[in-house]
Amino acid sequence: MTMTQPERDATSSGTPLLSVQDLAVEFSTSAGVVRALDGVSFEVSEGETLAILGESGSGKSVTAQAIMALLPRPAGSIAGGRIVYGGTDLAAQPIKKVRELCATEIAMIFQDPLSSLNPVFRIGYQIAEPFRRRRGMGKREAWAKALELLKRVGIPDAETRIRDYPHQFSGGQRQRIMIAMAIALEPRVLIADEPTTALDVTVQAQIMTLLADLQAETGMALILISHDLGVVADVAERAAIMYAGRIVETGRIREMYDHPAHPYTQGLLDSIPSASTIGERLKPIVGAPPNLLSLPTGCSFHPRCPFATEACKAAVPPLRQPDGWLPPHLAACIRSEEVLAK
Amino acid sequence: MTGTGPLLQVENLKVAYPIRSSILLRKTGENVAVSDVNFELSAGQTVGLVGESGSGKSTVARTVIGLVKPSAGRIRFDGQDITDYSPRQLKSVRRQMQMIFQDPQASLNPRLTVRDIIAEGWRVHPGLVARSRWTAEVKELLERVGLNPDYSDRYPHQFSGGQRQRIGIARALALRPKLIICDEAVSALDVSVQAQVLNLLDDLQRELNLAYLFISHDLSVVEHICDRVMVLNRGVVVEEGTAVELFENPQDEYTKRLFAAVPVVRPWLEQTP
Repeated sequence: MTMTQPERDATSSGTPLLSVQDLAVEFSTSAGVVRALDGVSFEVSEGETLAILGESGSGKSVTAQAIMALLPRPAGSIAGGRIVYGGTDLAAQPIKKVRELCATEIAMIFQDPLSSLNPVFRIGYQIAEPFRRRRGMGKREAWAKALELLKRVGIPDAETRIRDYPHQFSGGQRQRIMIAMAIALEPRVLIADEPTTALDVTVQAQIMTLLADLQAETGMALILISHDLGVVADVAERAAIMYAGRIVETGRIREMYDHPAHPYTQGLLDSIPSASTIGERLKPIVGAPPNLLSLPTGCSFHPRCPFATEACKAAVPPLRQPDGWLPPHLAACIRSEEVLAK
Repeated sequence: MTGTGPLLQVENLKVAYPIRSSILLRKTGENVAVSDVNFELSAGQTVGLVGESGSGKSTVARTVIGLVKPSAGRIRFDGQDITDYSPRQLKSVRRQMQMIFQDPQASLNPRLTVRDIIAEGWRVHPGLVARSRWTAEVKELLERVGLNPDYSDRYPHQFSGGQRQRIGIARALALRPKLIICDEAVSALDVSVQAQVLNLLDDLQRELNLAYLFISHDLSVVEHICDRVMVLNRGVVVEEGTAVELFENPQDEYTKRLFAAVPVVRPWLEQTP
């Protein structure tokens, strides 16, 4: 590959499959232009799982939409940066071309499987569709492929169920069907946007296991987008935490959770109720996420940050490696050393 | 307060929906949503209902508040048996049980200002707060739930999700309830905001001696906030006990499976033998 590997993220093992560099996305609204993403960089390699974590409005889903050329038009557009996949910059390609590529090589699953499935077609028809459209297979052959996929994602009694309609399936089964459709053409990158948020915990665990198994089998790269720090901990090796459109901390998930270097990450971890908080008060982050239309100056987290100083209001802190910590761990905070010492 | 016993007593509660034949609408069977549910809830206490979707959690709550008629069993509130109350009789009882819903966006009327949303209950229950006191009282309530009292003329869309949930809480408090049913009340909120709302619920309970019936699919939230917990599976309580007991040492197979599926933030901490 000709592209140079950006040094701010030297975590992945092999050559990155998908590399996002300094991505910025803007939306024009009646109240003005909103920068939903700013300076977002990350990459994923074959067989690797990256979690993108953050609260609502932090830009996780916009990141996925930008990669897949699904940004709502005409309001949203890529305002800068590159999305490099297989040597080409997707951000510079016409939407039609990106969609074509995404159909076969980059796939996505969404939070709500019911609204992503067409209620008036049998699921067999819907799963077979990519084989017919993209691979030019005949009806019979595509149907057989669909059946194979249904079995692979663990739908019991697939031979009969393939003739059923989406409403006849439970939420977890529908998500399995969505996964079947997404992996149909053997994508090299799978983006899962809150794949288990709408599901019960037991089903949630099954779906995460299924995704991990499929990844192990196919060697695809997996980008897991979630608001839930717990759900991804078992599956992802690396994570990026987003806040107000920027990545504020990134690194190996285990190290980040054990030693958060950004006060926001620390605040999120402290907010989660657990056995150790029974009878005690939770320690929430004060205030609320900022309005993207009027972001605070400097670090956008400073009004909520217990570590904030005057310097934090002056300039947006770049991602950097805290003194005395190992490479993959980066945080966008000028006081990471103090945060880590706490 | 009327009685000295528990505030809410639910005995052998059963809710079944009839299945009718397609032509003559004759009853051909029944679909049992919940059966044999028993529990008590005292002032100042929180009882949690957990279970997967379809387990009957919300049905129990809807029956308690009188939106669904039970097929069998008794519901006593503050010493009175309210099972067979007429809608008119229920009205005064219902004032004392309020509900906070999952989606604050959908449960607040977008055309009303915050002041009107909170005061609506006083319109329905005249005599509770004098009309001349409404504005002042709304401001007090907003302050109580941690919102700027000057926001009373704003509309719901001008608030964030967490703030809207605070408005929902203020609306519930406006009627001076003894029992608040929280139906997935914090499930739609981001963790940092969720923690704020949980702390607020905790403060209000201490201060006003409120009883909470807390329904959630989020088991770590339930473990944190509840005194007692009931686990529902397909409409049946499979296990109940104090939160500490239950989460530390679940007995029932279903409960064990449910708890085992809860994602752990730091799974590596539990893997060390």
